[in-house]
Amino acid sequence: MSDIDKATVAKIARLARIRIEDDKLDHLAGELNGIMHWIEQLNEVNTDNIAPMASVVDAKLRWRQDEVNDGGIQDKVLKNAPNAEYGFFTVPKVIE
Amino acid sequence: MAKYIIQGATGDFEVVLGLEVHAQVTSNAKLFSGAATDFGAEPNAQVSLVDAAMPGMLPTINEECVRQAVRTGLALGAQINKYSVFDRKNYFYADLPQGYQISQFKHPVVGEGIVKIDLEDGYTKEIGIERIHLEQDAGKSMHDQHPQFTYVDLNRSGVALMEIVSKPDMRSPEEAGAYLTKLRTILRYIGSCDGNMEQGSMRADVNVSVRRPGEPFGTRCEIKNVNSIRFVRQAIEYEARRQVDIIEDGGKIDQETRLFDPVKGETRSMRSKEEAHDYRYFPDPDLLPLEFDDAFIDAARASLPELPDDKRARFEGELGLSAYNAAVLVAEQESASFFEVILDETVKATKKPAKDVATKVANWVIGDLFGALNKAGKSVADSPVSAKQGAELLALIEDGTISGRIAKEVFELMFETGKDAGTIVEEKGLKQVSDTGAIERIIDEVIAANPGQLAEYRGGKDKLIGFFVGQVMKLSGGKANPGLVNQLLKPKLDG
Repeated sequence: MSDIDKATVAKIARLARIRIEDDKLDHLAGELNGIMHWIEQLNEVNTDNIAPMASVVDAKLRWRQDEVNDGGIQDKVLKNAPNAEYGFFTVPKVIE
Repeated sequence: MAKYIIQGATGDFEVVLGLEVHAQVTSNAKLFSGAATDFGAEPNAQVSLVDAAMPGMLPTINEECVRQAVRTGLALGAQINKYSVFDRKNYFYADLPQGYQISQFKHPVVGEGIVKIDLEDGYTKEIGIERIHLEQDAGKSMHDQHPQFTYVDLNRSGVALMEIVSKPDMRSPEEAGAYLTKLRTILRYIGSCDGNMEQGSMRADVNVSVRRPGEPFGTRCEIKNVNSIRFVRQAIEYEARRQVDIIEDGGKIDQETRLFDPVKGETRSMRSKEEAHDYRYFPDPDLLPLEFDDAFIDAARASLPELPDDKRARFEGELGLSAYNAAVLVAEQESASFFEVILDETVKATKKPAKDVATKVANWVIGDLFGALNKAGKSVADSPVSAKQGAELLALIEDGTISGRIAKEVFELMFETGKDAGTIVEEKGLKQVSDTGAIERIIDEVIAANPGQLAEYRGGKDKLIGFFVGQVMKLSGGKANPGLVNQLLKPKLDG
């Protein structure tokens, strides 16, 4: 695993829509590297021929019947919206 | 079949095409919630708190969506994966409340398969399917409703989509169009997607690259969200030409996402989307792997109807239809099933074997019925003449009650009024006259009225028999049985 540099931190932050001031980038790069190195200890375990584990308990995905039993709650859906009009969410214009 | 070549100043180029088709799965509820999927509801009225990505909500997979994806895979002869995994595809957009789309990245539910496409002059070609995965649709943004705001409707958010990814096996706009047409036909046959492109139930991302023959694949551009078969062809034509021009000018193709503008007929770059290509996929921690057994697959297979290619082969082989008739009838499932019902009814009414009447029935359905439906702007589904009524009409021709010419008249009245053929024949007195005495009387009348022509006929102008047949038919109001007229007329003319 290559080291995480300032530019990578800036990129990840932008992708996650988190604003990070330039003077914080170095510090965060150090922290993230620390985390990565810590996790990399797992590479010491031999996992050849072992299937990835999806869950720590022996559970199966729960399935649902194809029935309409939800929705019809426009007011609830829009309740926390900063802006709504005519039943739509309204957001600043996003168009190319 | 002529090769599709783009002629450049420095030589020929070929185009390499792959399609990613997003097909909305036919289901009552969404992929991971119990909200409805109907088109055209009030905004945000078909949204559960799961679809709105409220904190703490958990997705639960809809069995029917899995079943439909498996049926689709089976219909394309594809590998079905009994183990698949849902991943999060991360990006930000106003109509994606979760901030990620639940999709399948590394382990899709369906693997490789094949679509056989039909090209002109009876040529066919096999196009490889790379994979089909299940994923959530996003909401809908409307940018033209308000000067400052975009309106967002989440009704579509969370509706199940199948993304059907082809291999880069197509080499012309026609092949891409034929692929989309065939895929749509198959999905509609098996009922896993309604194929309605105007309502957005089916849309295609088109990957286009060009190369000189024999060279490795060029850099591709992806044209997003093309929503008609005609636009797919137009977009490819424009985009291939654009790429050839850049290469010939010594430039390089940038791998990018582009939009097709149907008004201007051109593609243009969506630059702002570039960065969003870093989707940071990872397995969705809210969902365990999707697993099912062979019994589930077998049940899905057992639920499949006869597929279009098989049906066409049967229409040609067992029923002796022409390749053209068979192709027209199987192109839409509604047409094929209408034909099968009317054939069945005609067999019952005439007591003749299917093979003996199939071509007549097919010709009538394609010629008379489809012609009238086209003219009236109606589809087979809302035909004013039912298959059963059509069969009755055909049976009346078959047993000689009415002539083919009268049948056309009767059909027009049926189409207008919705009445049965028998009723109209009765009401209008259109029954074919097969009574020898009655026909003979008409013949005598015609001969008496045309002494000049009779003399010429007897003087050697044999062809005038046609004139007499015409006159007899005319006088009978088209009702005289033409076979009998021919039979009875000649001896009388010959004296």
